[in-house]
Amino acid sequence: MAEIAVSPVPEVIDAAALARIQRQNRRENLGRMWFKFSRNPLSVIGLLMVIAIILLAIFAEFVTPFPDHVRPFTDFVNAKKPPGGEYLLGTDQFGRDILSRIVFGFRFSLLMAVVVLTLVVPVGVTLGMVAGYFQGTIIDTIIMRITDIFLSVPPLILALAIASVLTPNLTNSMVAVSLMWWPWYARLVYGLSSALRTEYFVSSAETIGARTPHILFREILPNMISPIFTKMSLDVGWVIIIGSMLSFLGLGVQEPQPGLGTMVAKGSDYLPTGQWWMAIFPALAIVVVVLGFNLLGDGLRDLFSAEEV
Amino acid sequence: MNFLNVEELQRLFLFLLRRIFQSVFVLFGLSILIFLLSRVLPGDPARMALGARAPQETIQRLRDEMHLDEPLLQQYQIWFTNALGGDLGDSLRTRRPVVDDIVEFLPASMELVLLAGVISAIGGITLGTLSARHKDSWIDNLVRVVSYMGVVTPAFVVAIIFLTFFTTAEFGLDLFPPIGRLSSGFEPPPRVTGLYTVDALLAGQFDTFVNALHHLILPSLALALGSLSQEARITRSTMSDNLTRDYIAAERALGIPEKTVTGKFLLKPSLIPTVSIFGLDFAANLSNAFLVEVIFNWPGISRYATTAMLYKDLNAIAAVILILGVTFIVVNILVDLVVGILDPRIRLRGARSD
Repeated sequence: MAEIAVSPVPEVIDAAALARIQRQNRRENLGRMWFKFSRNPLSVIGLLMVIAIILLAIFAEFVTPFPDHVRPFTDFVNAKKPPGGEYLLGTDQFGRDILSRIVFGFRFSLLMAVVVLTLVVPVGVTLGMVAGYFQGTIIDTIIMRITDIFLSVPPLILALAIASVLTPNLTNSMVAVSLMWWPWYARLVYGLSSALRTEYFVSSAETIGARTPHILFREILPNMISPIFTKMSLDVGWVIIIGSMLSFLGLGVQEPQPGLGTMVAKGSDYLPTGQWWMAIFPALAIVVVVLGFNLLGDGLRDLFSAEEV
Repeated sequence: MNFLNVEELQRLFLFLLRRIFQSVFVLFGLSILIFLLSRVLPGDPARMALGARAPQETIQRLRDEMHLDEPLLQQYQIWFTNALGGDLGDSLRTRRPVVDDIVEFLPASMELVLLAGVISAIGGITLGTLSARHKDSWIDNLVRVVSYMGVVTPAFVVAIIFLTFFTTAEFGLDLFPPIGRLSSGFEPPPRVTGLYTVDALLAGQFDTFVNALHHLILPSLALALGSLSQEARITRSTMSDNLTRDYIAAERALGIPEKTVTGKFLLKPSLIPTVSIFGLDFAANLSNAFLVEVIFNWPGISRYATTAMLYKDLNAIAAVILILGVTFIVVNILVDLVVGILDPRIRLRGARSD
């Protein structure tokens, strides 16, 4: 990232002054980035949606009308109520409030995205970076051929297969998605790092005898941060989609916990009898979450790609 | 095609050969991955398949049958040689050879995924071209909004929405049959390809063709919407980039009609990224078919696999992943080939598209 020094540099720089200048530069850079980001109303809408969803998920206990309805709960008197009145989005076959369950469902979706990306990014990035730096050697061949094998199966199918041989629950669905997701980072980073290894700053570091870990993590990695970060911000939505697909097939969040995909699956049993709200509202909730993250991700991508020019 | 001479065909052939060679290697690795997945993961596959209350002798018989007591390497050897000979084991649930099950269910899925592919390619390219030609007009804005929504909406959500609004009389739109491949009263046409629409046409049963198509449209539309949007977006962005190129301005200046400029000189180079992404879209469609088939009760390979997964039928799961892996690899080779034909830079250098 380009650091633009705008403040006057004092003649003698002591540590405190240097830190102050750096702080100031960082603040100005952030200000400039926010200015660029806020020029696109869609990105700002995306950001607001994401913040709203995160807040709702965190404070679900306090903002939902019926927080009890995400635990074992039945109220057959109020079952299958259409939307409106006390139950804004209707109730399901057990009389549970759909709105409350959707808001709690956000928790699992967000958790999934956070856990999967935290597991996948370090692994994929390290493998891709090492393979790229040692391009043409046996290390490159081993890592990238394994990556190719993982990429040769349509992504969801691999995750489904892994999840299906494990016990169906949220943790295992996160494991399954992580196992299928790392190769995409490995491939992205492989391309970047094999291009960077021929740059002068890398060969200079090699010449003065820098150790390989230093070259990898201090010279190459910092120069790949923005594409990695861009991919991460766009991936959040996809991870949520894959997670909801697994839970739709019964391989993710289990009842009575409210996974968005699980709710769509259970609700779709009642489509033929006309209780459309049980499936449609959770389905739309998935779209809203993914839309928010994708708008935000697109905004961030534009920001980073504009910065590189 | 006048732009392919003998030498170029030779190059293309070598390129194809190299891709196939690479794929054989990937497939070999995939078979190891699948094998490990179906053997090494926790739990006894035989016990999982037979249930906790099965007697010990029955389990032992199945263990012998699956060679589970042999060393792992030998198990793989047996599995691999059998797989090469077209024997992927018996389904632990239906007790039939898995290959027979796959032959029965795969065509239904292929019919769905192929039609979805055709819809998304034609629709995506048309919408993308329209959008680029009328950049910043209301058509462009509409296409952009719709395709953005299409990209962020997962296929199973689209399927649920379609099922709700287009098949029930509740909303007054009883347009399509909700489930299955044929209405009751229709016999499946004599099997040639297994695709009901094609078979019906081959047998000259026009009624059956119409009925099968009627059942096919809604699920394949649900499947196609995401990739259609993806392709529309990509076509639009490449085409509007290419529209600003000098050679387009030169052609216009020479007085070549706008139709020829767009249809001939602009479309071909602009299609390259669209075709490249088609491989990924096809994979997405294969994946999404898992849920769409469940929702529309479509008797295809994905629904078969979903059931197999619920029963932990490892032989069936392994076979389905292998088959879908092979399909995906074949489609990617085809995609590379088309890109090679479209893009002279790749064709002449024989380089890969990425």
